[in-house]
Amino acid sequence: MIEVQNLTKHYGSLTAIRDVSFTVAPGEIVGFLGPNGAGKSTTMRILACFLPASSGTARVAGFDVFRGSMEVRKRIGYLPENVPLYTDMRVAPYLDFVAEMKGVARSARKKVVADVMDRALIADVQSRLIRNLSKGYRQRVGLAQALVGDPAVLILDEPTIGLDPAQIAEIRNLIKSLAGDHTVILSTHILPEVSMVCGSVVIINRGAIVAQGPIDRLVEQFFPTSRIEVEVAAPRGAVRDAMKTIPGVVRVEERAASHDGIGRFVVESARGHDVRGEIFQMAAQQKWALLELRRVGMTLEEVFIRILAGEEREAAATTAADAVPEEAS
Amino acid sequence: MKIWAIYKKELRLYFTSPVAYIVLTIFLLIAGLFFSAIFQGFARASMQMALQQQMGGRDLNVTDNVIRPLFGNMSVILLLLMPLVTMRLFAEERRSGTMELLLTYPVRDGAVLVGKYLAAFTLYAVMLVGTLAYPAMLAAFARVEWPSLAAGYIGLVLMGALFLAVGLFASSLTENQIVAAVVTFGILLVLWIVGWVADFAGGAAGTALTHLSILEHNDAFAKGVLDTKDIIYFVDLTLLALFLAFRALESRRWSG
Repeated sequence: MIEVQNLTKHYGSLTAIRDVSFTVAPGEIVGFLGPNGAGKSTTMRILACFLPASSGTARVAGFDVFRGSMEVRKRIGYLPENVPLYTDMRVAPYLDFVAEMKGVARSARKKVVADVMDRALIADVQSRLIRNLSKGYRQRVGLAQALVGDPAVLILDEPTIGLDPAQIAEIRNLIKSLAGDHTVILSTHILPEVSMVCGSVVIINRGAIVAQGPIDRLVEQFFPTSRIEVEVAAPRGAVRDAMKTIPGVVRVEERAASHDGIGRFVVESARGHDVRGEIFQMAAQQKWALLELRRVGMTLEEVFIRILAGEEREAAATTAADAVPEEAS
Repeated sequence: MKIWAIYKKELRLYFTSPVAYIVLTIFLLIAGLFFSAIFQGFARASMQMALQQQMGGRDLNVTDNVIRPLFGNMSVILLLLMPLVTMRLFAEERRSGTMELLLTYPVRDGAVLVGKYLAAFTLYAVMLVGTLAYPAMLAAFARVEWPSLAAGYIGLVLMGALFLAVGLFASSLTENQIVAAVVTFGILLVLWIVGWVADFAGGAAGTALTHLSILEHNDAFAKGVLDTKDIIYFVDLTLLALFLAFRALESRRWSG
C-alpha cells in the first residue's frame, strides 16, 4: 500500500533523509520511530504529497506521490505534527469544510461529520471554537479531520502527543480499530504505545533507516538471550557460581551489591531455554530462600536504545577513522 | 464545488472576525468625510453659479465636480486599505501551518486561489455597495449622470480587482502578514506614481510609463469615459498578478 524507494530529501546543504526504502502492506499498522530530527516528519510530508522528494520514489495506494499527487491525496488522511487547524472556526463547521474539500457529497456530509466526531470522541465540543479547545481536544479534532472520507491510508505524525493517559488509551483503541481495512503509518516517541498498536516498525536515525520489521523479530535479533531476574537470600559468590553451572545459562550478572545478605542477579540464557525451574531446584537443594524469580520481557524500548547506541558507536568510529589521515598529514 | 467551499470559509473568516467590520467602517467613514466636504464645496459653487446664471451662466456638472474628485479620493483610501484585506489570505495559512493540510486535500491550487480571491472580492463589493449612498443622496439635490457614474464604478471595480490580485500574490510569498501588506502597498504605489515619473521622463519613455500608471487609467473611468484600453490595462495586470500567485503556490510543490 505504501512503497518507498531510495527516498532522499535535501534542504539546501542539509540532508534530511537519504536512501530511505520501506513498504507497508495493506491493512497493516506500522510505527515510524526515531529520535527528534531523524527525518520522520520529512518522510511523512513526502508521503502526504506536501513536499517533493529530491530523489527516489514513493507510491501510495499504487500512485506516485509526485505524478499522481491528486489520486494519492484522495486516498489519504494526514495529521501533521503540530496539528494545524483553523482556530477561528467551530469544530463541526470545520469538519464540514474538510469533508467538502475531500469531495464528500453534500447529502452525505452531515452523516460523515457526525460519524468522525463520534469516533474521535469530540461530539461534545462540536459547537465550540477550536481556539478555545484544550490540546487534547485539538489533537482529536486533527485526527477527526484525517478520518473524514474514510481514507484507505492514514499518515499520522505523533497522533497521541499532548494527550493524557486516558485519552491516549482511547486514541490507541481508535487506531487499533482501523487495522484491517486501513493502512496506517504513525510516528511517535512513546515506545510502549508502538508495541501495543503496531505490528511492525521502521526505525530511522540521522535520516537513514537502521532497522525494520515485525517487533518480535527485531527483539529476537537484537536480544538473542532471554533474561531472568533472581533474588536469593544467600552468599552472593556461591549463588553466582552455582547458577553458572546450570546448562543453558550464558551469563550471570550481579545487580548493585547490597549489604543485607541478599544477592540480586540477572541471568541470561539461550532463547527458548527456560532455566527458572533449574534455579528453583538449585535454591531448594542448598536451602537458600528464593525471594524472587522473574522473567524479564525485552521491550522495543531496549531494542531502540541498543540500535541507537550502536549507531553512535559506529559514527564515533567513522569520525575517528576520518581523523587519522588528517593527523598524519 | 471546492472553490465554493474555500470561498465560504474565507468569507466566514472575514465576517466572524472584526476584519470586515473595521475595514468597512473606516472606509465608509473616510469616504463619507470626503463626500460631505466635496458636496459642500459643490453646493457653494452652484449657488454662485445660480446667481451668475441670471446673467447667462450654465449648470455645474456633477460628474466633474463631485464624482470625479470623490472617486479619486476613494482610490487613495483603497490603496491604503486593500493590502490589509488580502494580507492574511495565504500568509496566515503558512504561518499557522494549515497550508500543509489544505494542500494535501484533493483540491487544485487554482481552486484555492480563486476561492480566496472571490471571498476578498466579495468584501470589496460590499464596501462599494456602501458608497452607493453618496450618489443616492446627491440625486436628491442635483442631476446625476447615471451612465458616467456607472463608468466610474466599473473603474473602481476593475481597480479593486487589481489591488486584490496583487495582494493575494504578495500574501502567497511570505508567512508574515506585515511583509505581505508592505509588499502589496509597494507594488501598488509604484504603479500609482509611475505617472508622475513619466512627466519628467518625457518622450516615448514617458508615454510608455504613463500607460503603466493606475492613476491615468482610473481617472478616465472617473471622468465617465469607458475605453477598452483602460479596461484591458486592469484586466491584464489582474490576470498577471493572479498567475504569479498561482506560480508561487505551485512552486512549493516542485522545489520544497
